[in-house]
This record gives sequence, C-alpha cells and structure tokens, in this order.
Amino acid sequence: MAVFDLAQQPLRELNRTLHDLPEETNETHWKVTNPMGLHNIAVGLDRPITVEIDGHVGYYCAGMNQQAEVLVNGNCGQGVAENMMSGRVVVRGNASQSAGATAHGGLLVIEGDAAARCGISLKGGDIVVKGSVGHMSAFMAQAGRIVVCGDAGEYLGDSLYEARIYVRGKVSQLGADCVEKEMEAAHLEELRDLLSAAGVEADPADFRRYGSARNLYHFNVDKMDSY
Amino acid sequence: MKPVPPHLRRSSTFPPEVVAEIQRAAGTSIYDIRGGGAKRRIPDFDDLLFLGASMSRYPLEGYREACDTTVQLGTRFANKPIEIKIPVTIAGMSFGALSANAKEGLGRGASEVGTSTTTGDGGMTPEERGQSKILVYQYLPSRYGMNPNDLRKADAIEIVVGQGAKPGGGGMLLGQKISERVADMRTLPEGIDQRSACRHPDWTGPDDLAIKIQELREITDWEKPIYVKVGATRTYYDTALAVKAGADVIVVDGMQGGTAATQDVFIEHVGIPTLPAVRLAVEALQELDMHRKVQLIVSGGIKNGADVAKALALGADAASIGTAAMIAMGDNAPELDEEYRALGTAAGYYDDWHEGRDPAGISTQDPELEQRLDPVVAGHRLANYLRVMTLECQTLARACGKSHVHNLEPEDLVALTVEASAMAKVPLAGTSWIPGAGGY
Repeated sequence: MAVFDLAQQPLRELNRTLHDLPEETNETHWKVTNPMGLHNIAVGLDRPITVEIDGHVGYYCAGMNQQAEVLVNGNCGQGVAENMMSGRVVVRGNASQSAGATAHGGLLVIEGDAAARCGISLKGGDIVVKGSVGHMSAFMAQAGRIVVCGDAGEYLGDSLYEARIYVRGKVSQLGADCVEKEMEAAHLEELRDLLSAAGVEADPADFRRYGSARNLYHFNVDKMDSY
Repeated sequence: MKPVPPHLRRSSTFPPEVVAEIQRAAGTSIYDIRGGGAKRRIPDFDDLLFLGASMSRYPLEGYREACDTTVQLGTRFANKPIEIKIPVTIAGMSFGALSANAKEGLGRGASEVGTSTTTGDGGMTPEERGQSKILVYQYLPSRYGMNPNDLRKADAIEIVVGQGAKPGGGGMLLGQKISERVADMRTLPEGIDQRSACRHPDWTGPDDLAIKIQELREITDWEKPIYVKVGATRTYYDTALAVKAGADVIVVDGMQGGTAATQDVFIEHVGIPTLPAVRLAVEALQELDMHRKVQLIVSGGIKNGADVAKALALGADAASIGTAAMIAMGDNAPELDEEYRALGTAAGYYDDWHEGRDPAGISTQDPELEQRLDPVVAGHRLANYLRVMTLECQTLARACGKSHVHNLEPEDLVALTVEASAMAKVPLAGTSWIPGAGGY
C-alpha cells in the first residue's frame, strides 16, 4: 500500500499522482495521512483504486469521482463526492452540507449524519445516510436514490423530479411537490439492495418512500402558492 | 388596425405598448416571458465618441500599418492559457435553447476567425466540441450535463454566477424545447418545463468560490483558464471578489445581454448597463493591480466593432457577443418575415426564443425547423460578421494611433451625454467635465 502524508507532501502532488496512474495500475490501494481538513483531496479520480484517508477532510473530497473507492475515516466538509460519476465514497463520520450534490452515478455512504442539502440536484447517483439529513435535502433531485436511516429535516425533496427518497425516521416537513408514495415490492427490493451495498443492517419495511407529485412539471399560474 | 387620427394625443405614461401589456396581463394572468436583453433606451457605447489623431496624436496608416488584435486569456494561473486572434468571443448559449445546428454554426464561425465559443446550460455537444477550436465550458448552477471528461476536453472553464439579462435569477426552458436528446443530456423527463437553478448547489459566497476554483483546477491539473461570469450589478465588488477567489478571467455581462427566456420585468428592471459595468470592473482590477493580469471580457448588447473598440478603450481585454451572433447566423432574417408574422411578430422583432418555433432554425429543437439552418453557411456568415467587427475595431484603433487594440485608452474617448460621461468617466465632448469626478 502506498502512503501519502499530506503533512509532508502537497495536495497538488497527491492529486496529480492519482490522475497520472496508468489504466492497469498495480498500485490500487493508497492511504492518505494527515489530511488536516484540507480541501479538494482525491478529486477527479478515474481509476479503479482505493484511497483511504485517515482523518477529517475539507470541501469537495472525492469530487467528480469516477471508478475509485474513497474511504474517509473522519468527517467531511461541504460537497463530498459532488458530481460523482461512478465508484464509491464512504464517510465514516459526518458530512457537511451538499453531500453528493449533482452526483450522476456511484454510491455515497455516510455513516454519521449529513447536513443540509444532502443530494441536492442529484442526477442519478445513490446516497445512503445511516444517520439523519438536514433541511432541503434532495432539493431539485432529478434521478437516483437517497436513503435516510434516521430523520430528515424540513423541506425534504422540494421541487423534486424523478429521484426516489426512502426515510426510516421522521420527516420534519416535505418540500413543494414532494409526496409520500406507496412502497411496492420493487421498491422494497431496490432498497434492500441499496442497504446491502452500503453495509447497513436495516429492514426495508421500516422505511417510507417519497417522490415527486409531478404537479410542478409544467408552469401553471393556478399553482402560484407552490412557487 | 386603422391609422390613428392625428388629433389623438399619445400618452407618455400609457403608450400603446404599455396599454397592450396591461391588456395581455389582464387576459392571461401570467407575466410576459421572452428572450433577448433589455430593449429600453439606456446609455451605451453609442453615447461615446473617439477622438481621432490630430496635431498632438499620430495615426497609423489604415491599410498598411499593423494593428494587432490577438488576446491572451488565462495568463494568471492556468498552465495552458488560450490565445484568440480577434478581441471578440462567442458568449455561452445552451444546446436546448439553441439547436444543435446553431451550436455547430457558432463553433464553425468562431473557429474560422480564431476565436472561442462557449457552451451553455445543458452541457457540451460533440458537434460543438468538434467544430470549436477553442471551447469554453460553462460551469452553471444547474450542472446539467456536467462531467469531468468534458471538463478536461474544454480549453477553458467559465463559472457562471449570473448573467446580465437576469442577475439573481435562474432560468426556465419550456417543455416544447425539452426534446429526447435535450432531456437525456440534462437527466430530465422529456417534455417537462425545465428549471435552471439561480444558485450553485455546493458553494455560497467568495470564500467558497475560491475552494471551488481550486477543485476545478485540481481536477484539470491546473491546465485550464478559469473564468468567472457575473451579471452586471455590484460590478466593482463582484470583480474584486472574483479576483480574490482566484479567477483568471472575469466576464461581466451588462443588462443588454440576452437570455433564452426570462420574465420581461426581470430583463428590463434588474442590473446595470454594460457601459458603467466595464468601467467599474476595470477600476476594481486596477485597484488590485490586476488589470491585464486578470483579463476582462465584457458582453451585453455588443453589436459592432465600434462597441468592441470602446469597451477595449475603457479597459476590457475582449468583448463577447450572443444575440448579435444569432442574428448573423440568420435569426430575424427579413426573408422569413411572413413566417414571423404568422407567429404574431415580425422579422427584426422576434424574441419568443423560449417557444421553440423559430423559423430560422436557431432557437428551436423542432427537427424540421432545425434542418433549415445549415451550420456551414451559418458559421460562414458569423465569421464574416466577426471579421467586419474586427476590421471596424482596427480602423478606430489606427485612427487613434494604436498598433494594438489594447492600446486604446479612456483618454481616446469623450461622451455625448451627461449620463454616459458619468458612467464611463470620460469627459463630456467639448468639455473637461466628468460628472461626479473631482468632487462635483
């Protein structure tokens, strides 16, 4: 395993080294020590490697990730795994706001809580939060799945498009055009797979499903109160 | 309508267009949405004049002595700054708002004369990338189609904070333009009204922006110039904050700048004109000792080489066009007047770009209409227009004795009106007076 000490080596060198790895690299497991809350650690990766970060990280860790598995043994700042395309990002602590924002693919697992706007503008990625999520989570989420094992803050799924939301705990308040929907067999199966992929032991039957009522899909002046 | 009898007095408060708008609102219960930029008369570059060379200034020979027009962009931090051959670029316009053929035409036209074109909300199309030698990739609040592979294919990245037609506003692309391809690129259901967010989903304010810029640089290994585009409002502070956040290039878009679709009330009543915005941005850059180190591109109502030359004289590095580029490619062409009239408008007035029924095949996703626009012909027309703008700009620069268009300076300008004088901070013609300068 290659070790990269951010107390000794600059961030630029880490990211460049990971970007420059050949497609068939044998160096598939990297450990990053002393992240010290630095921003933009392991961004833009596009190799099937594992990067394990020991400590807390700042903004946009694993941003725009492709293929790679990034494990954070600590808390994350804003926008972890933002715009992820594929791969897997696991946060062993809590995540600040906008976790998984606009992610197109891949799986983001947050073992603690996620702050506001988790999964904002989600575009096809999957997010599993073992704890709770803050307000305005899944705002304008277009596609993908968000699983919340704890509670969800106010305005969950506001202005939602086609993303699906599963919550086990209490929802403070649903956002505009977000409604509870029937949990069908296919959804239970989908949820079981997501929980399994995230390593969460939970019964899908304990969750509720939320989605778009699709009432705001076309601008309608008679729905002014919703805008 | 029959002619109005001459004894009837026209109201300045309620002219016919205001009366018509009240009647339209009363009949529909919805505000007016349209494309384009501000139509009201506001101080602009036409209110400035150049002082050509005379006894105390030495002109350059019009067709013999060189007047350089090349511009370097992104020299502050990017490992691969770009060079454009003319001081005019093509502004961001989305595939979705415009047809694929129109986007290809923009790329062809820009490339023919050695300048850049810009993507828009909705991502990068292969046609556009393929036909654009220099392509700026917009990073917008919606992040539609955003992905790291296209980011790396781009020659520069433009973080869009706002645009002149609607600073502080998002966007709406009506369902009739959300074709299967547009929907797929934006990860949305086909045919729905698509909203574009007004704020970025994962950063707020200049301190966050600095980290976001660093992220984009890290992802692209510090190769690409990073622009920050703002709608002209608090331009002095926006420019200073964008510089502090680490931008290589600032793009300032005045209220005349066009949009694909926004409320008319927004277009006409929010933002400031391009004229004062240029001066404010330059003042901020100069105060930070960053003028010419961080480049400035201005847009919003740029229509000819005189506008470009005046923007450069006030301190911009380049000007950018959107609406004018659409017109050059064939938008509002007089030969389509009958078809425009069938839509309730007329050639020269058509601005319902959001409806997707453009007979010119430009602001549409209708497959039949789109085929009307030949991207090769459209690109060539755009290139012609860009050449004319450049020649006009050079003509004016030579007349002021400048061997590079960047050597134009505020000292070469006077203003025709008190308002333009105050906004541009150049003297009223025939006087040494600049309103607001010197304490009076």
